Amino acid sequence: MKRLLLTLFGLVLASVSSASSGPYDYPFTDAYVATVVNTPSEFKAPLPKKVRMKMLALTVFEDRNIPDVFWYQNKLRYSLAYQKKKAPLIFVIAGTGGSFYSSNMQLFQKIFFGAGFHVISLSSPTHPNFIVTASTSSVPGHIVEDSRDLYRVMELAWQQVKDRIEVSEFYLTGYSLGAAQAAFVSKLDEDKGAFNFRKVLMVNPPLSLYSSVSKLDKMLLENIPGGLDNFNAFWADLMRQFSEVYRLMGYIDFSGDYLYEIHKKRPPKDHAKLAALIGISFRLSSSDMVFTSDVMSNAGLIVPKNRSLSTHESLTDYAKVATRTSFLDYFNELFWPYFQSLDPGMSKEALIESLSLESIEPYLKQAEKIGLVTNEDELILGAKEVDFFRQVFGSRAMIYPIGGHCGNMTYKDNVEYMLDFFKN
Amino acid sequence: MKNCLHELTVASVFVLFLVALMAHGCASAPVQRQGEIPAKRPVSEIVKPDVQYVIDAFDPWEGMNRRIYKFNALFDKYLFLPVVSAYEWITPDFVQTGVSNFFNNLHEIKPLSNALLQFKMAKFEMTLSRIVINTTIGMGGLLDVATLEIPRQDEDFGQTLGFYGLGPGPYLVIPVLGPSTLRDTGGLVLDAAAYDAMIDEIMDELDMDSNDDEDRLKAGLTVLDGIDTRHQQGFRYYATGSPFEYDLIRRLYLEAREFQVAH
Repeated sequence: MKRLLLTLFGLVLASVSSASSGPYDYPFTDAYVATVVNTPSEFKAPLPKKVRMKMLALTVFEDRNIPDVFWYQNKLRYSLAYQKKKAPLIFVIAGTGGSFYSSNMQLFQKIFFGAGFHVISLSSPTHPNFIVTASTSSVPGHIVEDSRDLYRVMELAWQQVKDRIEVSEFYLTGYSLGAAQAAFVSKLDEDKGAFNFRKVLMVNPPLSLYSSVSKLDKMLLENIPGGLDNFNAFWADLMRQFSEVYRLMGYIDFSGDYLYEIHKKRPPKDHAKLAALIGISFRLSSSDMVFTSDVMSNAGLIVPKNRSLSTHESLTDYAKVATRTSFLDYFNELFWPYFQSLDPGMSKEALIESLSLESIEPYLKQAEKIGLVTNEDELILGAKEVDFFRQVFGSRAMIYPIGGHCGNMTYKDNVEYMLDFFKN
Repeated sequence: MKNCLHELTVASVFVLFLVALMAHGCASAPVQRQGEIPAKRPVSEIVKPDVQYVIDAFDPWEGMNRRIYKFNALFDKYLFLPVVSAYEWITPDFVQTGVSNFFNNLHEIKPLSNALLQFKMAKFEMTLSRIVINTTIGMGGLLDVATLEIPRQDEDFGQTLGFYGLGPGPYLVIPVLGPSTLRDTGGLVLDAAAYDAMIDEIMDELDMDSNDDEDRLKAGLTVLDGIDTRHQQGFRYYATGSPFEYDLIRRLYLEAREFQVAH
């Protein structure tokens, strides 16, 4: 759904043009364009047409009480793509709000399946299905806690599939927030030892969760003319432009390639709209997360405390409030009070620091098995943060000049690098 | 030659209207219950009466609609999708494609007639060419060779009604079929009747031995058509994971229809 919306929005694409020289020929030099359009088919790594896979589900907590309003979230859902012979198994963790079957996750599944891996795809701990069925606290965003939850899910998933497949070694990867979680999961595995991952690759991680979500929140707030109360006008304008694009193109299609065609036909304007689109997409994910967490933890942020919602009750008004609640609002008004109540002596700054990869810097420095891929123009990082990665990971960091946030993940050079990293 | 399945469809739509009318006003207002503590970000403070929200829609039968939405999700999960999966498992891919092309070709009667009703001659001619090409070179519609040259056009009676100025009316979730509006549901019934009349014509041309054979063939076609329609449709209930999926789908549907009517 989010992909569809982003695509729909991306139709208004007003962009800066491409064609960089030099060895790295990813087509978009503009970080915002890259983030919205991603990688058009002609630039993608070759992918298998069909994947041998199963949709699976787990009960993580036997005694979990699932509220009526989430009746359809009865189990944690995930997928297994499998080889018919002994092969390495890779776990892939989705980015913020991402489902195990989001379009990016399907691409990763194809890439690794095509390269001979078994692939277990997991939703982000910030995805509603994970919050309802597999989060201990139901208050997602605490990377240490979320990684513990992920580890539990990975162990259960492995129990569920181990009789069907033959596995040689274990690998781990994730993109965006999932990349940062992969590092914490890897660290946890050093103690628990269930998998002994041979290699772990982080793709476009945030360094500090707090600082990255602040950037994403701002993209929305600073790019809707007149503020969120005028969102309706912004939307109407989008729809008008959608009509123009339709007249220009003569057809509609919701693929990234369609966006690329538009990009080629439409002259460049500015970043404001693209930034707003990225902000909207993030806000839609985070509002789903906030509402779900609020209901599950009975925090009384949006829904009155102790109210039980029925399966057919209108949620429209709550949706309005949730979409007006930024990730930072959630952080300050639900997340922080919750973790403060568990540890009254802790300061907010200490909590924020514990959610950063900096908190495990010594581990990241010495863990030869962990690699990192990011971009110089990564939208969720500042220049200093990119430098931090460069300094901590040294030769284990691959930093591309362009690509924005996850825009170049499936570009052929990137995929080649990623597969080489795991195979060597 | 009457088609019993068609009568069934019409009858169920009428029942639906009755249910809809009865459910009118059922969308319950929130009531303060015992033991409740007001939210920190209450609806009453955050939602402003003078602001228009994109997510707002004319949905006076929301309570009933949400129930039907849930029913559809369950119907999909326990009946529709298992049947579709079995069909996909049994038949080879090229057969599935052939079946889809065949029904898509038959259903071109919808854009054809409705383009004509709106005097959209370019769309009419494109659709006519598609039918001629696919029925002849495409071997009775089993191959879709036309799409390479001429994209499929999209018109239906709901759009025709919109073209002549009829608003969408209340949002309506139809059992099994999903999102619609009062206007589009009416359009659906008329398009179905036109399709049915066309199938009757074709059947008469086939000149079968008995009426029973004809009825059986038609029933079989209808069932296969239904399975193929779901097979072609990628939507899965609650796959978005969003607790606001009903609201999102409603907005997308209404937006898409407004767009289609305008083009």
